[in-house]
Amino acid sequence: MLHIVNKSPGQARSLATCLRTALDGQSLLLIEDAVYAATAPGAMACGLDQALARLKVYVLQPDLQARGMAARRIDGIEPVDYAGFVDLVAAHPTNQTWL
Amino acid sequence: MKKFMFVNRRAPYGTIYALESLEVVLIAATFDQDCSLVFLDDGVYQLAKGQDTKAIGVKNFSPTWRALDDYDINKLYVERESLEARGLSEDDLVVPVEVMSAAQIGELMASQDVVLSF
Repeated sequence: MLHIVNKSPGQARSLATCLRTALDGQSLLLIEDAVYAATAPGAMACGLDQALARLKVYVLQPDLQARGMAARRIDGIEPVDYAGFVDLVAAHPTNQTWL
Repeated sequence: MKKFMFVNRRAPYGTIYALESLEVVLIAATFDQDCSLVFLDDGVYQLAKGQDTKAIGVKNFSPTWRALDDYDINKLYVERESLEARGLSEDDLVVPVEVMSAAQIGELMASQDVVLSF
């Protein structure tokens, strides 16, 4: 299962609820304002760094770049482009977008 | 028949999401699909007793939750942490629900064919 989050952890509870609900071994893709969660120190503040041990986490690189955050991406989060986004959706039978 | 899960995470009247979710649930039920409804975060407020919308000029759709049983929709799940964080208990809700942990909801979500988010 693929979880998709698009809100900054500073703005919304989406990521927190996603992390509470996601099962070990599932995938998480951060897009739009959620890419801030993939950066230091944001990832530590929202608990994403700890979730890396049990989830496969991806971030949409164009959204990171647009926000000037590409250099701040923490290790263990895999950047993907739009084609990678499509591949992820296609590879997972179900997905949940935490709007 | 497919397994549909409706994930409700917003309070009822500030946005149209909650009402739209309910509309789609009823449509899916009409097509005899296996529907589960999950309430997380502010979505638990959708089920609160005592809603009275007369003074804001919009439809109070909370009675509709009680009608879902007539459509054979009786899989309503509420996340415990979301409920407790808002000072609510099962007694405060308009319909019987199953209160679950986030992990249990995660298991349920992973078993669906389709997950729709509102």
